[in-house]
Amino acid sequence: MTTRVGVEVSIAIADAVKLCNADVVAAYPITPQTHIVEHLAELVANGELDAEYIPVESEHSAMSACVGAAAAGARTFTATAGQGLELMHEVLYIPSAMQLPMVMAVANRALSSPLSVWGDHSDLMAVRDTGWIQIVVENGQQAVDNIICAFRIAEDKRVLLPVMVHLDGFYLTHVIEPIIFPEQGDVDKFLPSYNYPFPLNPDKPVAMGDFGPPFIYTEAKWMQEMNLRASKKVIMECWNKFGKAFGRQYLPVEKYHSDGASVLLLTMGCFSETAMVAIDELKAEGNDVGQIRLRLWRPFPFEEFRQAVKDADVLIVLDRAISFGGPGGVVASEVKAALYEQDKKPKVVSFVAGLGGRDITVSGFKEIIQKGIEISRTGSENEYEIYGVRE
Amino acid sequence: MAKSESEITWKDLEIGCIVTEPGSARQYETGAWRSQRPTYDFDKCIKCGICQLYCPEGCIEQNQDGYFEANMFYCKGCGICARECWPRVITMVEEEE
Repeated sequence: MTTRVGVEVSIAIADAVKLCNADVVAAYPITPQTHIVEHLAELVANGELDAEYIPVESEHSAMSACVGAAAAGARTFTATAGQGLELMHEVLYIPSAMQLPMVMAVANRALSSPLSVWGDHSDLMAVRDTGWIQIVVENGQQAVDNIICAFRIAEDKRVLLPVMVHLDGFYLTHVIEPIIFPEQGDVDKFLPSYNYPFPLNPDKPVAMGDFGPPFIYTEAKWMQEMNLRASKKVIMECWNKFGKAFGRQYLPVEKYHSDGASVLLLTMGCFSETAMVAIDELKAEGNDVGQIRLRLWRPFPFEEFRQAVKDADVLIVLDRAISFGGPGGVVASEVKAALYEQDKKPKVVSFVAGLGGRDITVSGFKEIIQKGIEISRTGSENEYEIYGVRE
Repeated sequence: MAKSESEITWKDLEIGCIVTEPGSARQYETGAWRSQRPTYDFDKCIKCGICQLYCPEGCIEQNQDGYFEANMFYCKGCGICARECWPRVITMVEEEE
């Protein structure tokens, strides 16, 4: 069935978690993630989802409860945003190192202070090195599809890792979008029940999260790194299978009129769709521009990224977070690092904009692209450009 | 354990570094941390066992003669037993070696 239903994206995510038959949800409500966990609590209370809903006293506890649930072999889900993700931070490293699969939706939000409940990617960038697989989506349908894919990727025996699905707070979480929900039977086929290889079991005891003296810590971290890098193959395999089963295909690096374009704009998240309109208009005006989007943030898709930009002369990167006192844009700095050793590479121009809920309009994107082209020719004294700040 | 510490590679580790062998922490020689060790004047000992109760490592057991004595494989040399022993049987001395 391919009926589109108009539904708030947060509600759609909760319904997707229900389609995935989650066993445990442990979450603490925080704007703009609240509707996701509210609706999940409702589904559990109404008996529509046969799961344990653990109301916890903080996000630190939410993630800790998820670690325990996943260790017991439960299909585990949580969601958070901004400050909540930061409060979880310490615990985030645990499920990735202990290889405990779970899925978390992050409704991307700016970090205080000043207090902002509005969206940007500061929270996303702050959890870059936690060892989670990280997928970024641009609209409600992608969010629903990738929640389902995330469980399958996380639980794959070749992976066994936690997965974050990042979606922009408010811009996505609070808007009503047309969503196609897959049929329950098809989801069951795509995502069969799974058995964690070493669940907590009194009859067959195991110890998890033991201490690692210097003689073994490096080996433990290298195993983690090898495993996360190897997961890219499984992620792509999962997206291909999803594409075949449901007709919507996802890629680590998504392209929009990028092949052969001399100027490329790189974006992440829902602003990408506004940027596409700017690309359309600029192309109609005779400009040789295209767009690429990073769908997969971790593991970073080096190969696909290099392939996507190899023929471009200019690569304009939009970051929606600041690495203070450093390179400015985190994405731009990673992209530069990925290209440094390449003989032929585009000139990278880094922009920071769209902080704390500030919109970037179509004309804004056109201005960024035009300014980026100009800077690629003239050069700039700045490490990066901030767009839209009042001086 | 088939391989020694220096021979284990990252490929030998179980997923998530899970330990599937119960009680394997017994192999860990916490006694290697020790800079002081307890010595005993058993003539004063009344076998009350207060040292065993207070030992945070749980490494004190009764020997063949019924006196309480720390297992040096695990004893970290913290000195709590010496502090709590009110008949003053235990004296901490520096590890010379």
